[in-house]
Amino acid sequence: MLTILFDGIAYGMLLFILAVGLSVTMGLMNFINLAHGAFAMVGGYITVLLMQHFDVPFLVCLPLAFLGSALVGGIAERTLYRPMYKKPHLDQVLFSIGLVFMSVAATDYFLGSTQQIIQLPEWLKGRSEFGSGAWMLGMGHYRLFIIGVCAALTIALQYVLAKTRFGSRLRASVDDQRVAAGLGINVNIVFLSTFAVGSGLAGLGGALGAEVLGLDPTFPLKFMIYFLIVVAVGGTSSITGPLLAAILLGIADVAGKYYIPKMGGFIVYGLMIIILIWRPQGLFVRKGGK
Amino acid sequence: MTKQVQDSLINTSRWKVWEPVFWLLTLASPFVLSTHALIINEIAIVALFAVSLDLVLGYTGIVSLGHAAFFGTGAYTAALFAKLVMPDPLVGMAVAIVVSTILGAVCSLTILRGSDLTRLMVTLGVALLLLELANKFSEITGGADGLQGVVMGPVLGRFAFDLSGRTAACYSIVVLLIFFVLARRLAKSPFGATLMAIRDNRLRAMAIGIPVSSRLSVIYAIAAGVAGASGALLAQTSGFASLDVFSFDRSADVMLLLVIGGTGWLYGGVAGAIVFKLLQDAISTVTPQYWTFWIGLFLVILMLVGRERLLSPHTWFKRGSGRKA
Repeated sequence: MLTILFDGIAYGMLLFILAVGLSVTMGLMNFINLAHGAFAMVGGYITVLLMQHFDVPFLVCLPLAFLGSALVGGIAERTLYRPMYKKPHLDQVLFSIGLVFMSVAATDYFLGSTQQIIQLPEWLKGRSEFGSGAWMLGMGHYRLFIIGVCAALTIALQYVLAKTRFGSRLRASVDDQRVAAGLGINVNIVFLSTFAVGSGLAGLGGALGAEVLGLDPTFPLKFMIYFLIVVAVGGTSSITGPLLAAILLGIADVAGKYYIPKMGGFIVYGLMIIILIWRPQGLFVRKGGK
Repeated sequence: MTKQVQDSLINTSRWKVWEPVFWLLTLASPFVLSTHALIINEIAIVALFAVSLDLVLGYTGIVSLGHAAFFGTGAYTAALFAKLVMPDPLVGMAVAIVVSTILGAVCSLTILRGSDLTRLMVTLGVALLLLELANKFSEITGGADGLQGVVMGPVLGRFAFDLSGRTAACYSIVVLLIFFVLARRLAKSPFGATLMAIRDNRLRAMAIGIPVSSRLSVIYAIAAGVAGASGALLAQTSGFASLDVFSFDRSADVMLLLVIGGTGWLYGGVAGAIVFKLLQDAISTVTPQYWTFWIGLFLVILMLVGRERLLSPHTWFKRGSGRKA
């Protein structure tokens, strides 16, 4: 049972890293971006290709995945996304669905439709077990690694948001874009860097998750709904909301698939609908939302 | 003065000269282009689905990514009814419409509150939930293999479905026409006007005494019924229902083709269906695997340029006609 809890937490942390960029950009620009998974896929493929063809060690691949997807994200923000901020939500949804379709088909064309396999280094492959019986806790080393990396990132993010000058600018822009711009904050730069970092984090999550979630060209479509659940349930006003939502989702998903495998994703979707009917602005929001 | 206003209001709902011509041509198409009856049938089904989405999205402004939920419900209801109860298509159609309308009425509770994002998630969630259900109860629905062994009786006891698809195309077009006329009547009625008021400004609509919640519920249930009818058409004319009737792609496709044709205009769905299906057919014969790339590219460019400019060619070469945020 503890093992399931542990796996659920690892899965949830991974989802959080994948989705936190989406939650910040959505709160910041009020832009419904369904194409967030595409950036995660970029990171995943960077890792896989570097490891397969250039024998780059796994740990070096992770920062490269971050940088690569951040770069792609930054370019996409400047060229494609910026004109879309002022458009109605329907346009944004269709625009980002178009991006998803393109990324799926293009990846399929260039890299093939097979599932990519990632070779983990030896020291991450093991598994430790503690206790016995119903309370046995089996921890895969890789999951432990994921939890460690994600926890460190979460603390770093929280620090940046709460303590640094950039963080206060970002929070000011989220709260009220126009006033922030009036106070001399260059909102465009804040948008651009936030979008790039968010995409980079997604790319890192994609690289970390390639082993756990699987990586193939349909990745952006398959996990789109999970990212959106994290954001919709967690709310967009803080990062603790999405974190708790992601962990809840991870545990619910893993436990649901373990105990009632016949119901599959049913539990997750059902839970989401109930939560959203109950709290339409998300579970963890400070105020009534925008 | 009132007379003028009255006249102009009546004028918008009056049938234009080209409309009967268009429908006569459509009705004649399965006979004239008898070798293409199958694709005509598909177009008619998708057009009906798009008309249903237009009632929700174009007239009422509810962004839904899960309209396939009702399409799929209609399809499975019709197929199961034909298999288990009786093979008559018209009775099956009626049952499918009733079931999906009831489902729509229940689901309408989920779309009354929250932001666009919440609604998007909830509608998508409902469709995925039904997909999971259809997958899990494989004893009834056939699961991933699809529901097979559906034998359809002849329409009105006279016109049997044949392999060339001519009966199917005629049947679909007649059903489309009936629902189109009903939807047109609805959209041009005072009820339709209140829907557009809600779409344009919900707060003001509330302030002038429009019962927003009940209007939303009613139109959502009606649209669900129409979507169910189009799903039933698909199941009846193909004699088959598979899980893909609930898929996200179906919801996204119908939204896309409605936007191509133009929202808030019932012919938009029909025009979009014709363009989209023909495009899909043409591109997928060239690149069967990658046609979604071109659809995606088209969407991205269309959205960057602004979809309202697609229908007004005189603005294509002017810069900066950006709409108000």
